[in-house]
Amino acid sequence: MNHSATALVAAHPKARRKGWLRYSTLRKLVPYFYVSPATLLLVLLMLFPMVMVFKYSLMDGAIMKKDAAFAGVQNYMTIFENPVFWQSVAQTLYFTIMSVVFHFIIGLAFALLLNTNRVDPLIRSILRVLFILPWLFTAVIIAIIWRLLLDPNGVVNSVLMALHIINFKVEWFSSTRTAIHALTFANIWAGYPLYMVSLLAGLQGISKELYEAAGIDGANGLQKFWYITIPQLMPIIISIALLDFIWTMQVFPLVWMTTGGGPIYSTEVLSTFTYKLAFSQYEFSLASASAMIILIISMSVTYFYIKHQQRR
Amino acid sequence: MAKRSFKSSLLPTILTYLGLAIGLVFSAFPIVWMFFSSLKSNTEIFALPPRLLPDDFTVAAYLTIFNDPVKVRFFINSYFVAGVVTALTLLVAIVTAYGFSRYQFRFKNTLNIFIISTQTVPPITLLIPYFGMVVAFRIFDTYLALILTYMVFTLPYAVLLMTGYLNTLPKELDEAVLVDGGSSWTALWRVIVPVSIPGIVATAVYTFLLAWNEFLFALTLTKSMDLRTVPIGIQLLMGQHAFEWNEMMAMSVLGSLPLLVLYLVAQRYFLAGMTAGSVKS
Repeated sequence: MNHSATALVAAHPKARRKGWLRYSTLRKLVPYFYVSPATLLLVLLMLFPMVMVFKYSLMDGAIMKKDAAFAGVQNYMTIFENPVFWQSVAQTLYFTIMSVVFHFIIGLAFALLLNTNRVDPLIRSILRVLFILPWLFTAVIIAIIWRLLLDPNGVVNSVLMALHIINFKVEWFSSTRTAIHALTFANIWAGYPLYMVSLLAGLQGISKELYEAAGIDGANGLQKFWYITIPQLMPIIISIALLDFIWTMQVFPLVWMTTGGGPIYSTEVLSTFTYKLAFSQYEFSLASASAMIILIISMSVTYFYIKHQQRR
Repeated sequence: MAKRSFKSSLLPTILTYLGLAIGLVFSAFPIVWMFFSSLKSNTEIFALPPRLLPDDFTVAAYLTIFNDPVKVRFFINSYFVAGVVTALTLLVAIVTAYGFSRYQFRFKNTLNIFIISTQTVPPITLLIPYFGMVVAFRIFDTYLALILTYMVFTLPYAVLLMTGYLNTLPKELDEAVLVDGGSSWTALWRVIVPVSIPGIVATAVYTFLLAWNEFLFALTLTKSMDLRTVPIGIQLLMGQHAFEWNEMMAMSVLGSLPLLVLYLVAQRYFLAGMTAGSVKS
Protein backbone atom coordinates (compact mmCIF):
# COMPACT_ATOMS: atom_id res chain seq x y z
CA MET A 1 0.00 0.00 0.00
CA ASN A 2 2.48 2.52 1.25
CA HIS A 3 4.98 1.56 -1.22
CA SER A 4 2.60 1.72 -4.15
CA ALA A 5 1.65 5.26 -3.21
CA THR A 6 5.31 6.26 -2.96
CA ALA A 7 5.87 4.88 -6.40
CA LEU A 8 3.01 6.95 -7.77
CA VAL A 9 4.53 10.11 -6.38
CA ALA A 10 7.96 9.10 -7.64
CA ALA A 11 6.47 8.83 -11.09
CA HIS A 12 5.60 12.50 -11.05
CA PRO A 13 8.97 14.21 -11.19
CA LYS A 14 7.33 17.59 -11.55
CA ALA A 15 5.68 17.25 -8.21
CA ARG A 16 9.03 16.44 -6.72
CA ARG A 17 10.80 19.39 -8.33
CA LYS A 18 8.20 21.95 -7.40
CA GLY A 19 8.12 20.72 -3.88
CA TRP A 20 5.15 22.88 -2.97
CA LEU A 21 3.60 19.89 -1.33
CA ARG A 22 5.39 17.31 0.69
CA TYR A 23 5.30 13.76 -0.67
CA SER A 24 3.39 12.52 2.32
CA THR A 25 0.62 15.06 1.73
CA LEU A 26 0.50 14.35 -1.95
CA ARG A 27 0.47 10.66 -1.28
CA LYS A 28 -2.57 11.02 0.93
CA LEU A 29 -4.43 12.75 -1.89
CA VAL A 30 -4.04 9.88 -4.35
CA PRO A 31 -7.04 7.84 -3.21
CA TYR A 32 -9.24 10.94 -3.25
CA PHE A 33 -8.18 11.58 -6.81
CA TYR A 34 -9.50 8.15 -7.77
CA VAL A 35 -12.79 8.27 -5.92
CA SER A 36 -13.58 11.88 -6.75
CA PRO A 37 -15.30 11.45 -10.17
CA ALA A 38 -18.08 9.21 -8.86
CA THR A 39 -18.34 11.16 -5.62
CA LEU A 40 -18.70 14.49 -7.42
CA LEU A 41 -21.26 13.12 -9.87
CA LEU A 42 -23.34 11.55 -7.13
CA VAL A 43 -23.20 14.65 -4.96
CA LEU A 44 -24.28 16.73 -7.94
CA LEU A 45 -27.01 14.32 -9.03
CA MET A 46 -28.12 13.13 -5.63
CA LEU A 47 -27.34 15.34 -2.65
CA PHE A 48 -27.96 18.62 -4.42
CA PRO A 49 -31.35 17.51 -5.82
CA MET A 50 -32.33 16.19 -2.39
CA VAL A 51 -31.68 19.58 -0.86
CA MET A 52 -33.69 21.10 -3.70
CA VAL A 53 -36.69 18.81 -3.22
CA PHE A 54 -36.64 19.50 0.50
CA LYS A 55 -36.58 23.23 -0.22
CA TYR A 56 -39.44 22.90 -2.73
CA SER A 57 -41.46 20.98 -0.17
CA LEU A 58 -41.33 23.97 2.19
CA MET A 59 -42.33 26.49 -0.48
CA ASP A 60 -45.59 27.59 -1.99
CA GLY A 61 -45.65 27.21 -5.78
CA ALA A 62 -42.15 25.80 -6.37
CA ILE A 63 -40.97 25.69 -10.00
CA MET A 64 -44.22 27.29 -11.20
CA LYS A 65 -43.85 30.67 -9.50
CA LYS A 66 -40.74 32.82 -9.94
CA ASP A 67 -41.02 34.23 -6.42
CA ALA A 68 -42.29 31.18 -4.56
CA ALA A 69 -42.77 32.01 -0.90
CA PHE A 70 -41.74 30.01 2.14
CA ALA A 71 -44.69 27.98 3.39
CA GLY A 72 -43.29 25.96 6.26
CA VAL A 73 -44.86 22.55 6.81
CA GLN A 74 -48.12 23.58 5.15
CA ASN A 75 -47.56 21.25 2.17
CA TYR A 76 -47.03 18.27 4.46
CA MET A 77 -50.24 19.12 6.31
CA THR A 78 -52.15 19.29 3.03
CA ILE A 79 -50.79 15.88 2.02
CA PHE A 80 -51.68 14.32 5.38
CA GLU A 81 -55.21 15.67 5.12
CA ASN A 82 -55.71 14.05 1.72
CA PRO A 83 -57.59 10.74 2.04
CA VAL A 84 -56.19 9.56 -1.31
CA PHE A 85 -52.70 9.82 0.18
CA TRP A 86 -53.63 7.44 2.98
CA GLN A 87 -55.35 5.13 0.53
CA SER A 88 -52.13 5.15 -1.52
CA VAL A 89 -50.09 4.34 1.58
CA ALA A 90 -52.31 1.36 2.35
CA GLN A 91 -52.24 0.13 -1.26
CA THR A 92 -48.49 0.60 -1.54
CA LEU A 93 -48.02 -1.44 1.62
CA TYR A 94 -50.35 -4.20 0.40
CA PHE A 95 -48.63 -4.31 -2.99
CA THR A 96 -45.16 -4.26 -1.45
CA ILE A 97 -45.67 -6.79 1.33
CA MET A 98 -47.50 -9.27 -0.92
CA SER A 99 -44.79 -8.89 -3.55
CA VAL A 100 -41.92 -9.39 -1.12
CA VAL A 101 -43.56 -12.44 0.50
CA PHE A 102 -44.40 -14.16 -2.78
CA HIS A 103 -41.12 -13.21 -4.43
CA PHE A 104 -39.44 -14.97 -1.54
CA ILE A 105 -41.67 -18.05 -1.56
CA ILE A 106 -41.46 -18.54 -5.33
CA GLY A 107 -37.76 -17.66 -5.46
CA LEU A 108 -36.95 -20.14 -2.70
CA ALA A 109 -39.12 -22.88 -4.19
CA PHE A 110 -37.47 -22.51 -7.61
CA ALA A 111 -34.00 -22.34 -6.07
CA LEU A 112 -34.64 -25.57 -4.14
CA LEU A 113 -36.05 -27.29 -7.25
CA LEU A 114 -33.01 -26.26 -9.28
CA ASN A 115 -30.59 -27.26 -6.57
CA THR A 116 -31.54 -30.95 -6.28
CA ASN A 117 -29.52 -33.59 -8.04
CA ARG A 118 -32.68 -35.57 -8.78
CA VAL A 119 -32.93 -33.81 -12.10
CA ASP A 120 -30.79 -34.20 -15.17
CA PRO A 121 -28.07 -31.49 -15.06
CA LEU A 122 -28.78 -30.37 -18.62
CA ILE A 123 -32.48 -29.86 -17.93
CA ARG A 124 -31.52 -28.08 -14.75
CA SER A 125 -29.26 -25.61 -16.48
CA ILE A 126 -31.76 -24.93 -19.27
CA LEU A 127 -34.52 -24.29 -16.74
CA ARG A 128 -32.21 -22.05 -14.78
CA VAL A 129 -31.88 -19.83 -17.82
CA LEU A 130 -35.61 -19.85 -18.50
CA PHE A 131 -36.72 -19.20 -14.93
CA ILE A 132 -34.81 -15.91 -14.88
CA LEU A 133 -36.45 -14.58 -18.03
CA PRO A 134 -39.23 -12.51 -16.38
CA TRP A 135 -36.56 -10.41 -14.73
CA LEU A 136 -35.20 -9.27 -18.09
CA PHE A 137 -38.38 -7.60 -19.22
CA THR A 138 -38.83 -3.94 -18.65
CA ALA A 139 -41.84 -2.86 -16.58
CA VAL A 140 -43.62 -1.38 -19.59
CA ILE A 141 -43.44 -4.68 -21.44
CA ILE A 142 -44.48 -6.65 -18.37
CA ALA A 143 -47.48 -4.33 -18.12
CA ILE A 144 -48.39 -4.95 -21.75
CA ILE A 145 -48.00 -8.72 -21.51
CA TRP A 146 -50.32 -8.87 -18.53
CA ARG A 147 -52.80 -6.48 -20.09
CA LEU A 148 -53.00 -8.90 -23.00
CA LEU A 149 -53.25 -12.01 -20.84
CA LEU A 150 -55.72 -10.47 -18.37
CA ASP A 151 -57.87 -8.74 -20.99
CA PRO A 152 -61.56 -9.60 -20.45
CA ASN A 153 -61.34 -11.57 -23.72
CA GLY A 154 -57.84 -12.80 -22.93
CA VAL A 155 -56.45 -16.23 -22.40
CA VAL A 156 -56.56 -16.19 -18.58
CA ASN A 157 -60.30 -15.61 -18.52
CA SER A 158 -60.83 -18.23 -21.23
CA VAL A 159 -58.89 -20.84 -19.29
CA LEU A 160 -60.54 -20.00 -15.96
CA MET A 161 -63.98 -20.19 -17.58
CA ALA A 162 -63.19 -23.48 -19.28
CA LEU A 163 -62.16 -24.84 -15.87
CA HIS A 164 -65.38 -23.42 -14.37
CA ILE A 165 -63.41 -21.40 -11.82
CA ILE A 166 -65.19 -18.24 -12.89
CA ASN A 167 -68.45 -17.95 -14.83
CA PHE A 168 -68.14 -14.47 -16.30
CA LYS A 169 -65.39 -12.42 -17.90
CA VAL A 170 -63.49 -10.66 -15.14
CA GLU A 171 -62.15 -7.21 -16.01
CA TRP A 172 -58.98 -7.73 -14.01
CA PHE A 173 -57.39 -4.32 -14.46
CA SER A 174 -60.52 -2.21 -14.72
CA SER A 175 -62.56 -3.40 -11.76
CA THR A 176 -61.93 -1.73 -8.40
CA ARG A 177 -62.16 -5.12 -6.70
CA THR A 178 -59.50 -6.93 -8.73
CA ALA A 179 -57.15 -4.27 -10.11
CA ILE A 180 -54.75 -4.10 -7.15
CA HIS A 181 -54.52 -7.90 -7.01
CA ALA A 182 -53.91 -8.22 -10.76
CA LEU A 183 -51.22 -5.58 -10.48
CA THR A 184 -49.59 -7.29 -7.53
CA PHE A 185 -49.67 -10.60 -9.35
CA ALA A 186 -47.93 -9.11 -12.39
CA ASN A 187 -45.26 -7.70 -10.10
CA ILE A 188 -44.80 -11.03 -8.33
CA TRP A 189 -44.29 -12.66 -11.71
CA ALA A 190 -41.67 -10.10 -12.67
CA GLY A 191 -39.64 -10.02 -9.48
CA TYR A 192 -38.93 -13.48 -8.05
CA PRO A 193 -35.75 -14.21 -10.10
CA LEU A 194 -33.57 -11.97 -7.94
CA TYR A 195 -34.38 -14.15 -4.93
CA MET A 196 -34.04 -17.32 -6.97
CA VAL A 197 -30.56 -16.52 -8.24
CA SER A 198 -29.27 -15.26 -4.90
CA LEU A 199 -30.75 -18.14 -2.92
CA LEU A 200 -29.43 -20.66 -5.41
CA ALA A 201 -25.95 -19.19 -4.95
CA GLY A 202 -26.54 -19.35 -1.20
CA LEU A 203 -27.69 -22.99 -1.33
CA GLN A 204 -24.58 -23.99 -3.21
CA GLY A 205 -22.46 -22.33 -0.56
CA ILE A 206 -23.86 -24.40 2.32
CA SER A 207 -21.41 -27.03 3.42
CA LYS A 208 -22.51 -30.63 2.70
CA GLU A 209 -21.01 -31.67 6.04
CA LEU A 210 -23.73 -29.82 7.91
CA TYR A 211 -26.37 -32.01 6.26
CA GLU A 212 -24.33 -35.17 6.77
CA ALA A 213 -23.85 -34.40 10.45
CA ALA A 214 -27.57 -33.75 10.83
CA GLY A 215 -28.30 -36.99 8.96
CA ILE A 216 -26.18 -38.93 11.43
CA ASP A 217 -28.14 -37.33 14.25
CA GLY A 218 -31.28 -38.68 12.61
CA ALA A 219 -32.72 -35.44 11.22
CA ASN A 220 -35.28 -35.82 8.43
CA GLY A 221 -35.50 -33.67 5.31
CA LEU A 222 -37.88 -31.15 6.81
CA GLN A 223 -35.73 -30.73 9.90
CA LYS A 224 -32.62 -30.26 7.79
CA PHE A 225 -34.43 -27.61 5.79
CA TRP A 226 -35.70 -25.80 8.86
CA TYR A 227 -32.59 -26.03 11.05
CA ILE A 228 -29.81 -25.82 8.45
CA THR A 229 -30.97 -24.43 5.11
CA ILE A 230 -33.09 -21.55 6.38
CA PRO A 231 -30.63 -20.29 9.02
CA GLN A 232 -27.76 -20.52 6.52
CA LEU A 233 -29.72 -18.54 3.94
CA MET A 234 -31.01 -15.98 6.44
CA PRO A 235 -28.41 -13.24 5.78
CA ILE A 236 -29.15 -13.36 2.03
CA ILE A 237 -32.90 -13.47 2.62
CA ILE A 238 -32.80 -10.41 4.86
CA SER A 239 -30.61 -8.42 2.44
CA ILE A 240 -32.75 -9.11 -0.57
CA ALA A 241 -36.05 -8.73 1.21
CA LEU A 242 -35.02 -5.29 2.49
CA LEU A 243 -33.83 -4.17 -0.96
CA ASP A 244 -36.93 -5.63 -2.58
CA PHE A 245 -39.12 -3.83 -0.06
CA ILE A 246 -37.49 -0.49 -0.86
CA TRP A 247 -37.57 -1.00 -4.63
CA THR A 248 -41.11 -2.36 -4.74
CA MET A 249 -42.37 0.49 -2.62
CA GLN A 250 -41.13 2.87 -5.32
CA VAL A 251 -42.96 1.08 -8.15
CA PHE A 252 -44.08 3.40 -10.93
CA PRO A 253 -44.01 2.18 -14.55
CA LEU A 254 -45.93 -1.02 -13.93
CA VAL A 255 -48.80 0.82 -12.27
CA TRP A 256 -48.68 3.66 -14.76
CA MET A 257 -48.90 1.29 -17.72
CA THR A 258 -51.57 -1.07 -16.40
CA THR A 259 -54.08 0.99 -14.46
CA GLY A 260 -52.61 4.47 -14.12
CA GLY A 261 -53.69 4.35 -10.47
CA GLY A 262 -57.35 3.72 -11.28
CA PRO A 263 -60.10 2.75 -11.42
CA ILE A 264 -61.14 5.42 -8.87
CA TYR A 265 -57.77 5.46 -7.05
CA SER A 266 -58.04 1.72 -6.34
CA THR A 267 -54.44 1.10 -7.46
CA GLU A 268 -52.99 4.50 -6.58
CA VAL A 269 -49.57 4.02 -4.99
CA LEU A 270 -47.30 6.63 -3.45
CA SER A 271 -45.28 7.19 -6.60
CA THR A 272 -48.28 7.60 -8.94
CA PHE A 273 -49.94 9.86 -6.36
CA THR A 274 -46.79 12.01 -6.28
CA TYR A 275 -46.31 11.97 -10.03
CA LYS A 276 -49.85 13.16 -10.66
CA LEU A 277 -49.47 15.99 -8.16
CA ALA A 278 -46.41 17.18 -10.05
CA PHE A 279 -47.07 16.49 -13.69
CA SER A 280 -50.87 16.45 -14.00
CA GLN A 281 -51.73 19.13 -11.45
CA TYR A 282 -48.43 21.06 -11.51
CA GLU A 283 -48.46 21.21 -7.71
CA PHE A 284 -44.71 20.81 -7.48
CA SER A 285 -44.53 21.88 -3.84
CA LEU A 286 -47.12 19.36 -2.74
CA ALA A 287 -45.47 16.71 -4.89
CA SER A 288 -42.12 17.53 -3.29
CA ALA A 289 -43.58 17.06 0.17
CA SER A 290 -45.01 13.72 -0.92
CA ALA A 291 -41.69 12.76 -2.51
CA MET A 292 -39.92 13.66 0.75
CA ILE A 293 -42.26 11.33 2.63
CA ILE A 294 -41.36 8.49 0.24
CA LEU A 295 -37.68 9.34 0.67
CA ILE A 296 -37.94 9.25 4.46
CA ILE A 297 -39.65 5.85 4.40
CA SER A 298 -37.05 4.47 1.95
CA MET A 299 -34.15 5.83 3.94
CA SER A 300 -35.41 4.34 7.19
CA VAL A 301 -35.48 0.90 5.59
CA THR A 302 -32.11 1.60 3.95
CA TYR A 303 -30.71 2.26 7.43
CA PHE A 304 -31.53 -1.33 8.44
CA TYR A 305 -30.20 -2.62 5.14
CA ILE A 306 -26.82 -0.93 5.62
CA LYS A 307 -26.57 -2.00 9.25
CA HIS A 308 -27.30 -5.55 8.14
CA GLN A 309 -24.74 -5.41 5.30
CA GLN A 310 -22.04 -4.11 7.59
CA ARG A 311 -22.63 -6.82 10.15
CA ARG A 312 -22.16 -9.53 7.51
CA MET B 1 -36.80 -52.70 1.15
CA ALA B 2 -37.46 -52.35 -2.56
CA LYS B 3 -40.70 -50.60 -1.85
CA ARG B 4 -39.00 -48.19 0.50
CA SER B 5 -36.30 -47.22 -1.98
CA PHE B 6 -39.00 -46.68 -4.58
CA LYS B 7 -40.76 -44.33 -2.24
CA SER B 8 -37.64 -42.47 -1.24
CA SER B 9 -36.28 -41.91 -4.72
CA LEU B 10 -38.94 -42.06 -7.40
CA LEU B 11 -41.70 -40.08 -5.74
CA PRO B 12 -39.55 -37.05 -4.85
CA THR B 13 -38.11 -37.12 -8.36
CA ILE B 14 -41.58 -37.06 -9.90
CA LEU B 15 -42.62 -34.25 -7.57
CA THR B 16 -39.47 -32.30 -8.46
CA TYR B 17 -40.17 -32.60 -12.17
CA LEU B 18 -43.78 -31.64 -11.57
CA GLY B 19 -42.65 -28.56 -9.64
CA LEU B 20 -40.23 -27.63 -12.40
CA ALA B 21 -42.95 -28.04 -15.03
CA ILE B 22 -45.27 -25.73 -13.11
CA GLY B 23 -42.39 -23.30 -12.72
CA LEU B 24 -41.72 -23.39 -16.43
CA VAL B 25 -45.33 -22.58 -17.31
CA PHE B 26 -45.40 -19.81 -14.72
CA SER B 27 -42.19 -18.15 -15.88
CA ALA B 28 -42.21 -18.74 -19.63
CA PHE B 29 -45.85 -18.92 -20.71
CA PRO B 30 -46.49 -15.14 -20.67
CA ILE B 31 -43.35 -14.58 -22.73
CA VAL B 32 -44.15 -17.30 -25.24
CA TRP B 33 -47.69 -15.95 -25.52
CA MET B 34 -46.32 -12.48 -26.22
CA PHE B 35 -44.01 -13.81 -28.90
CA PHE B 36 -46.68 -15.76 -30.77
CA SER B 37 -49.17 -12.91 -30.43
CA SER B 38 -46.73 -10.73 -32.33
CA LEU B 39 -47.02 -13.20 -35.21
CA LYS B 40 -50.81 -13.22 -35.26
CA SER B 41 -53.22 -10.95 -37.02
CA ASN B 42 -55.12 -8.60 -34.75
CA THR B 43 -58.36 -10.46 -35.20
CA GLU B 44 -56.73 -13.74 -34.22
CA ILE B 45 -55.25 -12.49 -30.95
CA PHE B 46 -58.48 -12.82 -28.99
CA ALA B 47 -59.81 -15.80 -30.99
CA LEU B 48 -61.95 -18.28 -29.07
CA PRO B 49 -60.93 -20.79 -27.96
CA PRO B 50 -57.47 -19.25 -27.47
CA ARG B 51 -54.68 -20.88 -29.42
CA LEU B 52 -51.01 -20.44 -28.74
CA LEU B 53 -49.82 -20.83 -32.33
CA PRO B 54 -51.21 -18.51 -34.98
CA ASP B 55 -53.25 -20.09 -37.79
CA ASP B 56 -51.60 -17.75 -40.24
CA PHE B 57 -48.12 -16.71 -39.30
CA THR B 58 -47.63 -13.10 -40.27
CA VAL B 59 -44.74 -10.74 -39.74
CA ALA B 60 -46.90 -7.79 -40.75
CA ALA B 61 -46.59 -6.21 -37.30
CA TYR B 62 -42.79 -6.24 -37.54
CA LEU B 63 -42.83 -4.81 -41.06
CA THR B 64 -45.09 -1.98 -39.92
CA ILE B 65 -42.55 -1.09 -37.22
CA PHE B 66 -39.53 -1.29 -39.53
CA ASN B 67 -41.27 0.92 -42.07
CA ASP B 68 -42.22 3.59 -39.59
CA PRO B 69 -39.33 6.03 -39.05
CA VAL B 70 -40.85 7.25 -35.77
CA LYS B 71 -40.75 3.74 -34.30
CA VAL B 72 -37.29 2.99 -35.67
CA ARG B 73 -36.18 6.20 -34.00
CA PHE B 74 -37.28 4.87 -30.58
CA PHE B 75 -34.82 2.05 -31.00
CA ILE B 76 -32.00 4.27 -32.21
CA ASN B 77 -32.56 6.56 -29.20
CA SER B 78 -32.57 3.69 -26.75
CA TYR B 79 -29.39 2.16 -28.17
CA PHE B 80 -27.69 5.54 -28.23
CA VAL B 81 -28.64 6.63 -24.71
CA ALA B 82 -27.98 3.23 -23.14
CA GLY B 83 -24.67 2.95 -25.02
CA VAL B 84 -23.38 6.37 -23.96
CA VAL B 85 -24.54 5.91 -20.38
CA THR B 86 -22.79 2.54 -20.25
CA ALA B 87 -19.52 3.93 -21.60
CA LEU B 88 -19.47 6.93 -19.26
CA THR B 89 -20.54 4.89 -16.26
CA LEU B 90 -17.80 2.34 -16.89
CA LEU B 91 -15.15 5.01 -17.19
CA VAL B 92 -16.08 6.67 -13.92
CA ALA B 93 -16.75 3.39 -12.11
CA ILE B 94 -13.42 1.80 -13.05
CA VAL B 95 -11.43 4.75 -11.73
CA THR B 96 -13.50 4.99 -8.55
CA ALA B 97 -13.46 1.26 -7.93
CA TYR B 98 -9.67 1.26 -8.22
CA GLY B 99 -9.50 3.89 -5.48
CA PHE B 100 -11.83 1.86 -3.28
CA SER B 101 -10.14 -1.43 -3.88
CA ARG B 102 -6.48 -0.38 -3.58
CA TYR B 103 -6.37 2.35 -0.96
CA GLN B 104 -7.29 3.00 2.60
CA PHE B 105 -8.32 6.57 3.23
CA ARG B 106 -10.30 8.72 5.62
CA PHE B 107 -14.04 8.82 4.90
CA LYS B 108 -13.76 5.56 2.95
CA ASN B 109 -16.47 3.91 5.01
CA THR B 110 -18.68 6.99 4.90
CA LEU B 111 -18.30 7.20 1.16
CA ASN B 112 -19.05 3.51 0.81
CA ILE B 113 -22.26 3.91 2.83
CA PHE B 114 -23.17 6.93 0.71
CA ILE B 115 -22.78 4.93 -2.49
CA ILE B 116 -24.73 1.96 -1.13
CA SER B 117 -27.55 4.20 0.02
CA THR B 118 -27.80 5.95 -3.34
CA GLN B 119 -29.10 2.62 -4.67
CA THR B 120 -32.24 3.00 -2.64
CA VAL B 121 -33.16 6.64 -3.21
CA PRO B 122 -36.61 6.76 -4.84
CA PRO B 123 -36.44 7.97 -8.46
CA ILE B 124 -39.67 9.91 -7.96
CA THR B 125 -37.96 11.98 -5.24
CA LEU B 126 -35.17 13.00 -7.61
CA LEU B 127 -37.50 13.51 -10.53
CA ILE B 128 -39.02 16.76 -9.29
CA PRO B 129 -35.73 18.62 -8.68
CA TYR B 130 -34.33 17.13 -11.91
CA PHE B 131 -37.25 18.56 -13.78
CA GLY B 132 -36.63 21.96 -12.18
CA MET B 133 -32.88 21.80 -12.87
CA VAL B 134 -33.19 20.50 -16.42
CA VAL B 135 -35.57 23.32 -17.27
CA ALA B 136 -33.36 25.88 -15.52
CA PHE B 137 -30.21 24.71 -17.34
CA ARG B 138 -32.13 24.62 -20.64
CA ILE B 139 -31.42 20.96 -21.30
CA PHE B 140 -35.05 19.84 -21.14
CA ASP B 141 -35.83 17.46 -24.02
CA THR B 142 -32.19 16.65 -24.84
CA TYR B 143 -30.11 13.46 -24.80
CA LEU B 144 -27.86 15.18 -22.27
CA ALA B 145 -30.66 15.38 -19.69
CA LEU B 146 -31.27 11.65 -19.98
CA ILE B 147 -27.63 10.61 -20.04
CA LEU B 148 -26.72 12.73 -17.05
CA THR B 149 -29.66 11.71 -14.87
CA TYR B 150 -29.37 8.01 -15.72
CA MET B 151 -25.88 8.03 -14.26
CA VAL B 152 -27.34 8.55 -10.80
CA PHE B 153 -28.68 5.04 -10.70
CA THR B 154 -26.18 3.25 -12.92
CA LEU B 155 -23.10 4.53 -11.08
CA PRO B 156 -23.71 3.06 -7.62
CA TYR B 157 -24.17 -0.46 -9.03
CA ALA B 158 -21.23 -0.10 -11.36
CA VAL B 159 -18.92 1.12 -8.59
CA LEU B 160 -20.00 -1.66 -6.22
CA LEU B 161 -19.69 -4.34 -8.91
CA MET B 162 -16.30 -3.14 -10.11
CA THR B 163 -14.95 -2.75 -6.57
CA GLY B 164 -16.08 -6.27 -5.77
CA TYR B 165 -14.33 -7.52 -8.87
CA LEU B 166 -11.08 -5.60 -8.33
CA ASN B 167 -10.97 -6.89 -4.75
CA THR B 168 -10.60 -10.39 -6.16
CA LEU B 169 -7.46 -9.43 -8.09
CA PRO B 170 -4.17 -9.86 -6.20
CA LYS B 171 -2.39 -6.64 -5.26
CA GLU B 172 0.89 -8.03 -6.61
CA LEU B 173 -0.48 -7.39 -10.10
CA ASP B 174 -0.36 -3.61 -9.93
CA GLU B 175 2.47 -3.51 -7.43
CA ALA B 176 4.73 -5.02 -10.06
CA VAL B 177 4.19 -1.92 -12.19
CA LEU B 178 4.83 0.37 -9.25
CA VAL B 179 8.07 -1.37 -8.38
CA ASP B 180 9.22 -0.74 -11.94
CA GLY B 181 8.65 2.97 -11.36
CA GLY B 182 5.25 3.25 -13.07
CA SER B 183 2.42 5.22 -11.54
CA SER B 184 -0.71 3.64 -10.15
CA TRP B 185 -2.60 5.33 -13.02
CA THR B 186 -0.47 3.37 -15.49
CA ALA B 187 -0.95 0.23 -13.43
CA LEU B 188 -4.70 0.70 -13.57
CA TRP B 189 -4.96 1.03 -17.36
CA ARG B 190 -2.09 -1.22 -18.43
CA VAL B 191 -2.50 -4.08 -16.00
CA ILE B 192 -5.72 -3.97 -14.02
CA VAL B 193 -8.16 -3.07 -16.81
CA PRO B 194 -6.98 -5.78 -19.24
CA VAL B 195 -7.33 -8.51 -16.62
CA SER B 196 -10.68 -7.14 -15.41
CA ILE B 197 -12.52 -7.73 -18.67
CA PRO B 198 -15.00 -10.21 -17.09
CA GLY B 199 -15.84 -7.72 -14.36
CA ILE B 200 -16.11 -4.90 -16.86
CA VAL B 201 -18.43 -6.95 -19.07
CA ALA B 202 -20.65 -7.77 -16.08
CA THR B 203 -20.80 -4.12 -15.16
CA ALA B 204 -21.43 -3.01 -18.74
CA VAL B 205 -24.22 -5.52 -19.26
CA TYR B 206 -25.93 -4.56 -16.04
CA THR B 207 -25.56 -0.83 -16.69
CA PHE B 208 -26.96 -1.23 -20.19
CA LEU B 209 -29.94 -3.11 -18.80
CA LEU B 210 -30.71 -0.39 -16.26
CA ALA B 211 -30.43 2.35 -18.87
CA TRP B 212 -32.43 0.44 -21.49
CA ASN B 213 -35.31 -0.16 -19.07
CA GLU B 214 -35.50 3.31 -17.56
CA PHE B 215 -38.98 4.79 -17.74
CA LEU B 216 -39.69 7.60 -15.31
CA PHE B 217 -36.97 10.08 -16.31
CA ALA B 218 -37.44 9.36 -20.01
CA LEU B 219 -41.15 10.02 -19.63
CA THR B 220 -40.70 13.33 -17.87
CA LEU B 221 -37.47 14.88 -19.11
CA THR B 222 -38.13 14.50 -22.84
CA LYS B 223 -41.07 15.61 -24.88
CA SER B 224 -40.41 15.35 -28.62
CA MET B 225 -40.89 12.09 -30.52
CA ASP B 226 -37.32 12.43 -31.80
CA LEU B 227 -35.99 11.73 -28.30
CA ARG B 228 -38.37 9.09 -27.02
CA THR B 229 -36.87 5.79 -25.96
CA VAL B 230 -38.43 2.36 -26.48
CA PRO B 231 -40.34 2.10 -23.16
CA ILE B 232 -41.90 5.52 -23.71
CA GLY B 233 -42.52 4.72 -27.37
CA ILE B 234 -44.44 1.62 -26.36
CA GLN B 235 -46.40 3.59 -23.80
CA LEU B 236 -47.35 6.21 -26.39
CA LEU B 237 -48.43 3.57 -28.91
CA MET B 238 -50.48 1.93 -26.21
CA GLY B 239 -52.33 5.18 -25.67
CA GLN B 240 -52.79 5.92 -29.34
CA HIS B 241 -53.79 2.59 -30.82
CA ALA B 242 -54.73 0.58 -27.80
CA PHE B 243 -56.09 -2.24 -29.90
CA GLU B 244 -53.17 -2.91 -32.24
CA TRP B 245 -52.14 -5.77 -30.01
CA ASN B 246 -49.92 -7.55 -32.50
CA GLU B 247 -47.92 -4.39 -33.08
CA MET B 248 -47.58 -3.78 -29.34
CA MET B 249 -46.33 -7.33 -28.93
CA ALA B 250 -43.89 -6.97 -31.81
CA MET B 251 -42.55 -3.76 -30.24
CA SER B 252 -42.21 -5.59 -26.94
CA VAL B 253 -40.33 -8.45 -28.56
CA LEU B 254 -37.97 -6.03 -30.32
CA GLY B 255 -37.62 -3.98 -27.15
CA SER B 256 -36.61 -7.04 -25.14
CA LEU B 257 -34.34 -8.46 -27.79
CA PRO B 258 -31.08 -6.71 -26.85
CA LEU B 259 -31.44 -7.80 -23.24
CA LEU B 260 -32.35 -11.36 -24.19
CA VAL B 261 -29.37 -11.60 -26.53
CA LEU B 262 -27.03 -10.11 -23.92
CA TYR B 263 -28.42 -12.51 -21.35
CA LEU B 264 -27.97 -15.60 -23.49
CA VAL B 265 -24.47 -14.58 -24.60
CA ALA B 266 -23.20 -13.27 -21.27
CA GLN B 267 -25.26 -15.27 -18.83
CA ARG B 268 -22.81 -15.52 -15.98
CA TYR B 269 -21.99 -11.83 -16.21
CA PHE B 270 -25.66 -11.06 -15.96
CA LEU B 271 -26.02 -13.08 -12.82
CA ALA B 272 -23.05 -11.32 -11.30
CA GLY B 273 -24.79 -8.01 -11.90
CA MET B 274 -28.08 -9.23 -10.65
CA THR B 275 -26.84 -10.47 -7.31
CA ALA B 276 -24.50 -7.51 -6.79
CA GLY B 277 -26.86 -5.86 -4.37
CA SER B 278 -27.43 -8.87 -2.21
CA VAL B 279 -24.12 -10.64 -2.15
CA LYS B 280 -21.63 -9.28 0.29
CA SER B 281 -19.07 -6.96 -1.22
